[in-house]
Amino acid sequence: MENATNFLNIKDVSTAFKINGHFYDAISHVNLQVHHDEILAIVGESGCGKSTLATTIMGLHDPAETQISGEIDFEGTDLLKLSDDQYNDYRGAKIGMIFQDPLSALNPLKRIEDQISEVMDYHSDLSKEEKHAQVLKLLDEVGIVNPQRTAHQFPHELSGGMRQRVIIAIAIACKPDLIIADEPTTALDVTIQAQILDVLRAIQKENHAGIILITHDLGVVAETADRVAVMYAGQIVEQGTAAQIFNTPEHPYTRSLLRSMPQRDNENDDLYVIQGNVPSLQKMPQTGDRFAPRIPWVPASAHEEHPTMHEVSPGHEVRCTCYQNFQFPDQVQKGSVTE
Amino acid sequence: MWKTILRRVLIMIPEVIILSILVFLLAKAMPGDPFTGSINPKADPAQIHHLMKINGLYDPWYQQYWNWVVHLFHGNLGNSYQYQEPVTRLIGSRAVNTLWLALVTMILTYALALPMGVFAGRHEGKLPDTVIRVYTYVTYCIPFFVILVIGIWIFGYVLGWFPTTGSIASDTSGWLNTIGSRFYHIMLPAILGALFGTVNIVQYLRSEVIDAKRSDYVRTARAKGVPSKDIYRHHIFRNSLLPIAAFAGYSITGLLNGSIFTETVFSYPGMGLLFVNSISYRDYTVITALVLIYGILNLLGTLLSDIILSIVDPRIRIE
Repeated sequence: MENATNFLNIKDVSTAFKINGHFYDAISHVNLQVHHDEILAIVGESGCGKSTLATTIMGLHDPAETQISGEIDFEGTDLLKLSDDQYNDYRGAKIGMIFQDPLSALNPLKRIEDQISEVMDYHSDLSKEEKHAQVLKLLDEVGIVNPQRTAHQFPHELSGGMRQRVIIAIAIACKPDLIIADEPTTALDVTIQAQILDVLRAIQKENHAGIILITHDLGVVAETADRVAVMYAGQIVEQGTAAQIFNTPEHPYTRSLLRSMPQRDNENDDLYVIQGNVPSLQKMPQTGDRFAPRIPWVPASAHEEHPTMHEVSPGHEVRCTCYQNFQFPDQVQKGSVTE
Repeated sequence: MWKTILRRVLIMIPEVIILSILVFLLAKAMPGDPFTGSINPKADPAQIHHLMKINGLYDPWYQQYWNWVVHLFHGNLGNSYQYQEPVTRLIGSRAVNTLWLALVTMILTYALALPMGVFAGRHEGKLPDTVIRVYTYVTYCIPFFVILVIGIWIFGYVLGWFPTTGSIASDTSGWLNTIGSRFYHIMLPAILGALFGTVNIVQYLRSEVIDAKRSDYVRTARAKGVPSKDIYRHHIFRNSLLPIAAFAGYSITGLLNGSIFTETVFSYPGMGLLFVNSISYRDYTVITALVLIYGILNLLGTLLSDIILSIVDPRIRIE
């Protein structure tokens, strides 16, 4: 996947958190590339490390509580080698981040205008008037109807959807090359969701930015993503183009996820449920396929001892060998099923 | 804004009326009378009876209350039985002393507490934080009057840095010396009062700073590329000072309560000492007047807190 527009290259990145004096990997050995003009979706259930990956790229972890290894190559610079001050030249300027909860992500005591222009205070030489004009333009871009009025309001005077638009305005204020959107629509209702996704797509087209869209909502992924990476228990288990993932999913986890989505044309009303839970950080198995305990009918011999990524078609990679011959219990002949 | 304040002031009127009735009844409910202890013990009970009668102390309570209120509106709080002096004049001279003591204590309290609280919160879990926390716990555990006595012993007696009684040296002359001497007498009680008063503010502020540090809006600010020291300046400090600012009005109450201890231990001639003395002499007129003043000051403190909060927190403003 090496090509000229490949500007974010995450190589073998692991992030470990300190719990009771020991470090445990929240994400381990993640490899990902992001290109200009594309939306890369990272999907997975709660606790799989999606947000940790986002905050690792943003450098938002407290170094005393975390251990990060690997390399995050952003336009030729390894972000992980930067000091906090050097990182500040990237945060907000070249990488923008959109947060999950629009209700708490804005400072309740500051006017919207001040919160947006704060980004420009640190990353541009614009005069006060220019910044004011820019704030109004940004608010208009993210679809706020009356920018003049909103700029002078406080966060509590805005609805959730409007606050999320403001947060997007903050993230794109300096036209970053990379936008990380961490579940940008989770807290919003469905109609607002669609509008927010439209805004994101429009911005991406205009700025030729690369977007990392983190979500657990496969509907959102199907609607917006160009490429998809599926994460489970801190690892990427499958990645490929959206078409590859949705049409020919390979990894048991991806297939389970897709199968647990409600389908309109399904004559069977029962939803598929993945057995078990994501293991906690302390109990994460260090060898073998981390998904194996949740597909107990698959014999141990089908898994690799140290699962690696296998390319099944150009750009489509799957972890572990268990995807070969994988079948759900109800598809397997009776008798060979073990509960 | 003005509407909010006006509404709050209007609510205070029934509060003050109820307060005054309660205060009056409570004073009346105390056992004893103002004369038995102050007159020759061999005095004729009939004479005391007569004194009670001409002072209207046998009238029904509502009549006594009404007389008291009418006089109150004429600026007349009656005469002190103990000092044979108008209560207004008696309290007036003490109030100035108490006011100065409270003012200096308050300034010292905030001057100490704000940096301590912010510093502890910022360096949470590190050595300076632990030292400050131990200090607050220890101070919180010791009764205030014990702190005062220990303080007097160390700074007044062993080290001899400060005077331990009164509000002014007896041989003072000239206005500059007067101010100097008054200030010198205020210092020790004010410092000790401040040491005690900082505890709540430090703990409050520390936990506010810690909360703000972990808040989502601070993470947003970090994602904007705002350097750490500016995040503290523009986001964390202001947001965590909010409850402290609101607390400021109430802290007047704390200071007045504290002044009762401080003034008694230091024999400092203020309202607190007068209060304690007038209770032991059953000096009804003085007690009711003082409790009423304390009560009204409490109400004003609450009002002040509400006003401060509505200024600093946009979420509370009423359009």
